[in-house]
This record gives sequence, C-alpha cells and structure tokens, in this order.
Amino acid sequence: MSDERLVRLTVNGEPRTLAVKPATTLVSLLRDQLDLTGTKRACGTGDCGACTVQIDGQAAASCLTLAVDVDGSEITTVEGLAQGGELHPLQKAFVKHGALQCGYCTGGALMSAKALIDGTPDPSRDEIAEALSGNLCRCGTYPRMVQAVEHWRDFAGAPLDTEPHDAAERDQSRDHRTVGRGVPRYDGPDKVTGRARYTADLRLPGTLVGRILGSPVAHGVVRRVDASRARAVPGVLAVLTGADVPATRYGVSPAREDEQILATDRVRYVGDEIAAVAAVDDETARRALALIDVEIDELPAVFDAEAAMAPGAPLVHPEHPRYAGNVNTRVDWSFGDVDAGFAAADLVREQRFVGNRTYQSPIEPHAALAQWEPHAGRLTVWSSTQTPHYLHRSLSRTLGVPMGQIRVIRPPVGGGFGAKAEATPLEFCAALLARATGRPVRMEYSREEMFRHFRGRHKQYIDLKIGVKRDGTITAVDQRVVLDGGAYTSFGVITAYYAGSMLPVLYKMPAYRYEGRRIYTNLPASGAFRGHGVPQPRFAFESLLDMIAEDLGLDPIDVRLRNAMTPDTRTVNALDVSSCEFTATLARAREASGWDAKRGRLGAGRGIGVGCGGFVSGAGYPIYRSSFPHSNALIRVHEDGTGVSLHILASDIGQGSDTVLVQMAAEELGVPYDWVWMAECDTVLAPLDLGSYSSRVTLMGGHAVQDAARRVKGQLFEVAAGELGCAPADLEARNARIYDRARPDVAMDWAAAARLAFGKNGPVVGLGSYTPPADLGGGFKGSTVGTSPAYSFSTVIAEVTVDLETGFVQVDRVTDFSDAGTVINPVTFHGQVEGSIVMGLGETLLEDTVAGPGGQFVNPNLHDYLIPTIRDTPEIRSVAVESYEPRGPFGAKEIGEGSLVPVLGAIANAVYDACGVRVTELPITPEKILAGLARRRDRGVPPAAASVEPESETHAQTV
Amino acid sequence: MRLTVNGQPYDLAIAGHESLVAILRGRLGLTGTKVACGRGECGACTVLIDGKPAYACLTLAAACEGAAVSTIEGLGAAERLHALQQAFIAHDALQCGFCTPGQIMAAAALLAQTPRPTEAEVRHGMSGNLCRCGAYPKIVRAVLDAAQRLEAARGA
Repeated sequence: MSDERLVRLTVNGEPRTLAVKPATTLVSLLRDQLDLTGTKRACGTGDCGACTVQIDGQAAASCLTLAVDVDGSEITTVEGLAQGGELHPLQKAFVKHGALQCGYCTGGALMSAKALIDGTPDPSRDEIAEALSGNLCRCGTYPRMVQAVEHWRDFAGAPLDTEPHDAAERDQSRDHRTVGRGVPRYDGPDKVTGRARYTADLRLPGTLVGRILGSPVAHGVVRRVDASRARAVPGVLAVLTGADVPATRYGVSPAREDEQILATDRVRYVGDEIAAVAAVDDETARRALALIDVEIDELPAVFDAEAAMAPGAPLVHPEHPRYAGNVNTRVDWSFGDVDAGFAAADLVREQRFVGNRTYQSPIEPHAALAQWEPHAGRLTVWSSTQTPHYLHRSLSRTLGVPMGQIRVIRPPVGGGFGAKAEATPLEFCAALLARATGRPVRMEYSREEMFRHFRGRHKQYIDLKIGVKRDGTITAVDQRVVLDGGAYTSFGVITAYYAGSMLPVLYKMPAYRYEGRRIYTNLPASGAFRGHGVPQPRFAFESLLDMIAEDLGLDPIDVRLRNAMTPDTRTVNALDVSSCEFTATLARAREASGWDAKRGRLGAGRGIGVGCGGFVSGAGYPIYRSSFPHSNALIRVHEDGTGVSLHILASDIGQGSDTVLVQMAAEELGVPYDWVWMAECDTVLAPLDLGSYSSRVTLMGGHAVQDAARRVKGQLFEVAAGELGCAPADLEARNARIYDRARPDVAMDWAAAARLAFGKNGPVVGLGSYTPPADLGGGFKGSTVGTSPAYSFSTVIAEVTVDLETGFVQVDRVTDFSDAGTVINPVTFHGQVEGSIVMGLGETLLEDTVAGPGGQFVNPNLHDYLIPTIRDTPEIRSVAVESYEPRGPFGAKEIGEGSLVPVLGAIANAVYDACGVRVTELPITPEKILAGLARRRDRGVPPAAASVEPESETHAQTV
Repeated sequence: MRLTVNGQPYDLAIAGHESLVAILRGRLGLTGTKVACGRGECGACTVLIDGKPAYACLTLAAACEGAAVSTIEGLGAAERLHALQQAFIAHDALQCGFCTPGQIMAAAALLAQTPRPTEAEVRHGMSGNLCRCGAYPKIVRAVLDAAQRLEAARGA
C-alpha cells in the first residue's frame, strides 16, 4: 500500500533508481536519499537559490521541483562539478577570489554560474550578475563572485595552489611569509565542493526529526497543553511540554535569565515555545504539532517600545517588580559638564531618528543535533553556534549536567552575524527529546521560525543633540535611546550599553550624556546583530553631523576631521584608544573618491555622502564574570615534523577566522601555511575560547595562537641550539628552517628539529592563552561595555542615484578606507568590508521586519523581507589604511563589524545630497523619499545642496 | 513493500535483489547492523525477523514483506540499556565492537527461546557469531549474567 513510485535519474553522471513519494522534492531526494548534502535547503520557497542544481543543464531551484517531475532527467549538483579529483575551474576561481565566506550559498551560486557558462561561454558582467541574481549571499560576496566568473577560464588546468592572490597594500618592511598575504581561505575547497558538512547535513543512524510548537498569540496565560492526540500519531516518539522539561530560566545576561525552554505559565510573543515533538520524519513531526491542543487566555499585548513605557501599558513580565514600566535595562551616564558644553556651543541641533528592526537572516537556518550516551549519561550536541563555549555552559546550567559530561561540536556555520551567538530552544529541545527517545534528534528552524526566534537588531528611537562651535568643534553630546527589546533580554543589556558607549570613540567630545532604556514588548526578542547596538546611533550621529555642517556652511569631511579621534587617547567615557588612523581614512577616502570635485556637483538626483564608524576588537570583559583567559589555543607538532595541528574553540562563521588563525600559527612557527591543520571545533579537542562575537577572534584568538606557537618554537630552539652550537635566543624560524639570526647559513630543517625534540622530550605541544589588559574601562556601572584592547576606524563614501520620479535609490559606488591594524589576509579583509557594505545597504534601504496587528511578523521570509542581491551591489573600492596595533597580534585589529557601522550614515547623507530629502527613519524607502520630495514642493523649498532640479527634467537621467 | 523495523512501519520501494542488510544500512541509516563477510559466515549482521535470529546479509528484503525486524538500535529502552547490553559492558564482553551488535541480537534470540540457558546452550546458541578479538569467554559470562538478571526482573 505504498504511495511511492520509482524515478530514474542520472545524478552527477551516475544512474539512480529511487522510490519517491508524490510530494518529495528534488532537494529532499538529493539530501535525504542520496546524501548529497552540498545542495542546501535554506528557505524552501525558491527565494534564496541555495538549493540550485542543474536539471538537464538548466539552473533550477530543487526545493520547488518535485522529484517525480524530473524522471528521466540529468541532474548535476555541486558535488558533480569536480572531476577526477580536480576542482572545476569555476570552483578554483571562487576559492582564489575569495568568492565565499560562510559557504552556505556557495553550492547554489556555483551551479547558477555553471549553467551560465555552459550556455554562454564568454559572459559579460551583466550576464553574470543576471545569472546570479537569484542566489542570495548574506555574507555579501557578490563582487567576488562576479570576478570569479569573469576569470574562471584562467583557472582551467591550473592547480589549486595556496600562493597568495595578493592585493595587499601593506607595509613591505614587515617581512612576513604568511601574515599579510591573501592566501585562499582554509575552508575554501570544502565549501566549493559541497563537502563541508554543516549541522543540518549530519546523519547519525536512527536520527529523529524534532520540531517546536510556538504560541499563536503574542501574550497570554497558558491554561492547558494536551499532547495526547499528538503522541498517538504513528511515528511520533516523544512530545514534550513545559511540564516535562527543566524549569530553569536561561538567558545571555546572568542577571536577567528570563527565558524558558518551553512555557509553563505565560507566552510573551507569537512563536514563544510551548511544546516540542520528535518523530521519524519532518512530515510526521509537523502533523503532530498540529494535533497538540493548547488553551491560552489571551492578554492585552504591546508592540511598540514607547507605547510599552506609557502608564497602564500591558506588562510583559508582571511577575518581576524590577521590570516596572517594562523597563528591562536602564542606563544613565554623564561625562564631563554637559550643560556647560551646550552653553558654550555656537550651534545646538537636536533631532529624532528611528532605526529599523532588521534581521540577520543568515543563509543557513539554525540547526542542532543531539545524542546521549545513556550508559555514561553524556550528551553530545552539534550546533550551528557562533559561541560553542557559551552554548556549552548554557546546556550545563539548564539541563543540570556538568560541563564535563557535555560535548559541544561546531560544524561549519553558514553565517551568523549575531543571530547564532546564544543558546536557542533548538539545542535544549534536541537534547531533551534525544534523552526522552534514546535516539539522536536533529532540529532545524524553517526560515519563518528563524524570523520568529529573531535576536535581530533592536528598533531604536534616538533623540540626539549635538552642540558645536562655529568651526565644527563638538562641545557636548546628549543622546537618549529607547530600544525595543521584544519579549526577552537576550543580549539586550549589552546592546543598551553599546548604543551609548561607542559614540565618543570616533569623535572627541568634552561632555557626553547618555540615557538608554531597553523596553520589553510582546515581539520576538532582539539581540546582538553585527555592530551590536552601534549602527543606528552612528547613523543618527553621522546624519546630524551633516545637518550641522550644512547649517555652518562647512564641508562634512572637514567637520569630521576637526573632531576625529587620535591615537593613544582616552575618551570622555574612559575608553582607551591605542592605534588610530581615523584621520588618514578620512583624508584618503576624500581623495580617492573625488569628493571635492563631486560633492554638490553630480547633478540632480545624484549624490555623494560620507559616513564613519568603527568597533571594538573584542569585548574587554566576558559575558559572565570569570577569571578565565578569553582565548586559549593548543598547537601540536606532528611527530615527523612536517605538519602541525591547531586546536582552538573559536568559531569560523564565514568571516575567515580559521584562515587568519592558521596564517598566524604558520607565521609564528615559521612553517608554510599548508602545514597547519585546523582541528575540529569541539570542546573535547580544543581549549576554551569565548567564540565569535564582538569581533574578537583575530585579536584575541590570534594572541592565543601566537602564544602557543612561541612555546612550540621555544622547545624546538632548545634542541636546535644544541645541534647548531648556539644559544636558543639566537635562533629564528622561517620557511621551515631554523637558523642563527646572525649567521643564516648555520641552519637546520624545522622538521628535523621537531623530530629531535620529539625523540628527546616526547610530543611537542604548545599551549597559549590571552587575557585582555586588566582594569579596562572607567569603573562606573556598565563601564565594561565598549572596552576593548583596540578599536577599528572606517570612512565610507557612498555615491547614489535617486530616481526622483519613483524614489528608488541605487547605490552606484562605495569607497571604503579602513584602519584594521595590520591586515592578516587582504582577501578575507576586503571580503568583510564588501559584505558589510552589502549588508549595510540592505539595512539602510530595504530591510525591516513588520509586525502585524496581532504581533506576528508579516514578512518572515526572503520573498517579503528583502536582502540585497548581486543586482543591488554597488561598485566597491576597499582600501586598508594599515596601522600597527601594539595590543594586537602582528599589529592586527578587527574589521568584520566596524566596517558595517559607517554604511548607513554614508548612504543617508548621499541620498540627501542627491535629492535634498533627509530621511531620519530607517529604512530609506522610495515612499519616504517621495513624501519628502512632496513636502519640499509644498513648502516651495528650492532644491537643496545638490541643486536638485524638478524631477520632470531629471527623468531621462535617472531611468 | 511494508516492513516494520524496531516498531516503526516503513513503506519502501525495493529492487528484487536487495538484501535486508542493504535496506537497513543504506536506506534506513541503521548502521549498527554490520556487513563483515556478506555470506552468512560471521554473524555480524544478525537481526531478529519476527523474533527469530537471521543473517540480514543472506535475507532478501523482498522476503520480509510484512515482517517485524529488530536491530541492535531497537534494543533497550530510552533511558536504560537492555540487560544484555549492560551485561556486555559489565563483563567487558567486547573489544573492537564490530561483531557486538550481532552477538547481542543472537543472544537476545537465544534468551527469548531459552530464558535459563546452560553454559553449553549459550556456547551452542552463540556459535554462529565470530569474534576475532576472542571475547568469547566474557560473552558467555555476559549472556549468562543477563539471563539471570532478566529472570530476577521477571520474578520481581
């Protein structure tokens, strides 16, 4: 009585006969029946292109294709590109050009590109962009994808070497072998071949599929959860409700653990977790969810932060008097004499700005796989986490199992941007369902569930006041921010502090007041999103600075130069800036972009704008109080001396941290890049590292790696000195040789020294660790947030075209000059900058989650929530303004988050330059621009700075 | 065809030549059942078909239409290992572990048939399962011990 039927396919050249159900999609057939997991399922609705394969040569979304419909077809997946063990030239080109970061969209993008070149062997730039326009890349590698496809033919027959694709503008005097070179990313080959196994790609025998039931209402008291009908469904092995799971509250902030695994009494947003199911397959699990009977007494709910502060507003956490008025976090800072500062100003301008509730939407949906070893009571969890250590600790505290009995493994992660920086109900439920069933349980969020779980950017209401002297010198700044936190704390305490702490890092200000209020509402919780709390206040500041410059008749860049941060300076809020080439980034970006010639002279509808920003290179303090070093690493020399392995719990989530850590290991050890193996990110194999957040890995992980490498080198120098007849201190290691610095011909092979050391002392292992400088920050409440060993600085200049008829904004060109200290890898560095520009463009112009009247997001998918495509990507010029950061390994600082921060203001200022409309509420949509143009017409305001002509006359230009 | 494995019903389309072990390992992902000789000589692929021990490598899947198959993954409850599994651990009745699932399934069949076997009956009942590590003495002790424990549990 089977409803299956047989289909005959050729998959990657191999004939296959498979039984499928009528509703089986091609992506399910490939992944679940053929184990070809290089084809990813990321949206399930044909919006993202991660599942692209070739069907009889044509690119197609395999998630929208029924397996029965392709009977007799020839299918090619990313696994079929490489032939005879050699990568396809397209794959080599992607690796060499750094056209991938997290890698989750890469297989799909490659297949679209392959379909293109099969039919159009010599594609134009436009044809390439068109072919890839259906493939979303949240890391923003679009410019590099285009380059890779343009140059793919160059890689035919060429070996995949690791010689650098060297675009570095670096200081050649620092004669490094590996650091500073654009070696291809360490995980590149695995990610272009589909071999990289992300969490959802893992298969254990007998694995069950878990799913979570979320609340249908935004606020209510749970009266009854009856799972008896669901439990009776054949193929359902367990159903858990709030009564069946530990009641422990969990959360990121130790002082505000306010989340439950499954609700026992109250639900606070649409999607708040109520029950979890484990079943033999996804279809059965979904059927069971629909059969769980839930009775909820609905309560009044509140969906806006300012409304939630009003007297009489519904309380989201009424059981805690500390959250009166729905205030989750309260910050009141004042530095210097603020009133005197404003009194001394020649001009004071005040303006309200409103940010948007953007979502990270990484291409890889969150996934977890859990398995218990019943005889030992041990738990193993594989998770798409950015922070294996914090997940490890959360699992231990919440489940009541010692950390020593839990193993956390982080497979490759398909992008996070902050969305995966905290433990989720997926990991807890997978662990509990696995315990209840005695079988491994795998769980994934659907795209819609990702949006519901959220942890995206807080929507911020920002009231900003800046006082300046006539020459633009800042005398005082006052910022009040209300942050919409949603229903739970998540990272929000830290966000509320970051929104205030980072303003004084970029510009000097003698006095600064900050009032922050993070407010609970009945929306999904906001959390840490790339730039963590900083991009919106920075957008406000950069916008207001331009408004002030206009009032004073000053050039916006001159105003910035006048107030720019300088090296070795303590900010008004007691943050210590060491290296700082901010002024150079401004000056060089001005020159390179042609600012002086273009500003106000680009013609109607075209504009140029500047924005600046930066970020911490790792938080100065951990999220929970501890005396542990923040990063730790172990390097083991393989016994014959021709390889080393690097063990560290840092998380490469696409930013390329594995690559730069391997480079730093190779550099310090004096061996080739290819000698270093990055061990799996596994708590059993690697010592503690706090993970990927606050842009910390290059600096902090790098230090730990360098420290471990030095200790290895010390052991080798000890034996080599005896052999070569000199002192260990005289020795140097480079190019796999150890030699006397003064007499380079007195030398021996690195490997020979390693073998000697092993023979004499046993395994050669080096342990390294890093703790940030003690006593960072001013010691006042909340002063730890914003502290860091070092800060990055960036200037972005954006050029836009505004269609005055439709209000559509096109970003034409972006120039970025960034000071990230020493650039460890120019390819990944520029990849981060480009990705930030693409993502920042989306935040500025396209993205916002919209809550409907019942508090549910109305656009929780990639069809209605638009993220930038390759077609939205401007021409980008990214230049490193290198400094040497004394507190960074090899002089390095961060780039991944700080480079996003300037983008919003730069585009907003360019839009103003283009059409005279100052949009203060993100995103800058065509509607807002048209409304602004209409207001200007009504007021009879003459065209502003950019000499805007009436739109009828500019139409021809902007089409 | 319809097949129940470890209590779970499956509808499967199979080719006539496919062996039961191929279906278990390749289609259902139940890799606890091992293929070691492929010709019914070693017993590593032992499973229970309707309660009777069988070499899954010599059994055609098509011949199992409507049958209930138990594999090593189906043994024991969620929170607790089966008495045989516990006894194998307690007596260290495994070394490399590759033959162990087959050993345990064979022992389960034996104890179902003969709840209080003598040592000789155990040796005879387990004689179709090869163990190259030579854990046989411990396997015998484990099976006898498990039989006692199961008896005690039934008595209680």
